[in-house]
Amino acid sequence: MTVRELVDSGAVKAAALPDGDREIEGVYIGDLLSWVMGRAGSGDAWITIMSNVNIAAVATLADTACIILAEGVQPDDGVTEIAREKNINLLLSDRSAYDTAVWLHERL
Amino acid sequence: MSDVLTFRFDVDGENFTSAGQASVQIKKNLRQLGLPPEIIRRVSIAMYEGEINMVIHAGGGNAEVRVAEDFIEIELVDHGPGIADIEQAMQAGFSTAPDNIRSLGFGAGMGLPNMKRYTDSMDIQSKVGDGTRIVMRVDLTA
Repeated sequence: MTVRELVDSGAVKAAALPDGDREIEGVYIGDLLSWVMGRAGSGDAWITIMSNVNIAAVATLADTACIILAEGVQPDDGVTEIAREKNINLLLSDRSAYDTAVWLHERL
Repeated sequence: MSDVLTFRFDVDGENFTSAGQASVQIKKNLRQLGLPPEIIRRVSIAMYEGEINMVIHAGGGNAEVRVAEDFIEIELVDHGPGIADIEQAMQAGFSTAPDNIRSLGFGAGMGLPNMKRYTDSMDIQSKVGDGTRIVMRVDLTA
């Protein structure tokens, strides 16, 4: 599934979708950035509740397919603009991290 | 050693929110050089951890990345407070980061261990009150 297909499904909203054709190959959940950076795989949908600007750098370095802010968390001021600028897909989910992951698992 | 390619970066210690710029840039540079993705990932993650450390603890510093035929070397130099006990600092989970840094998802005591984990060799020289110099190397030969 591509990131755009995920958005079109209605399960998540797009805050920034500069690279919608990116394929989602897996899922990673984590909030500790050092941990995520080392362990999230390239092409993963990264589910987190961290909303500060450092998630953009971590997503870039780990080469994730998208960031999904779960639990209804909104990005901090300016983060959406940075995501767009850095070609990072930033999505918003009202579901819990677990439910978002389960939803994805059933469709990947 | 004549054909070593060197990239230099100033790491701004004032602005935590922009930390990672040097690592993201080096990732681009290494990609342009056509290096293997796994090598690029290891170098840029190790460098990002170092960059974050310099911003959190040392008020910034300088980074230099040297790309040679057989290896990539990352040198990080700061003039921060130095590390009193390197062995302790290398233990996963040991951290002196303040709470505001922890609330941003850092400061869990994983920076130095991650840097060691993602590189083939790592050397730390530090003097309290003077600063820290870290040299990491990622081998390019199998």
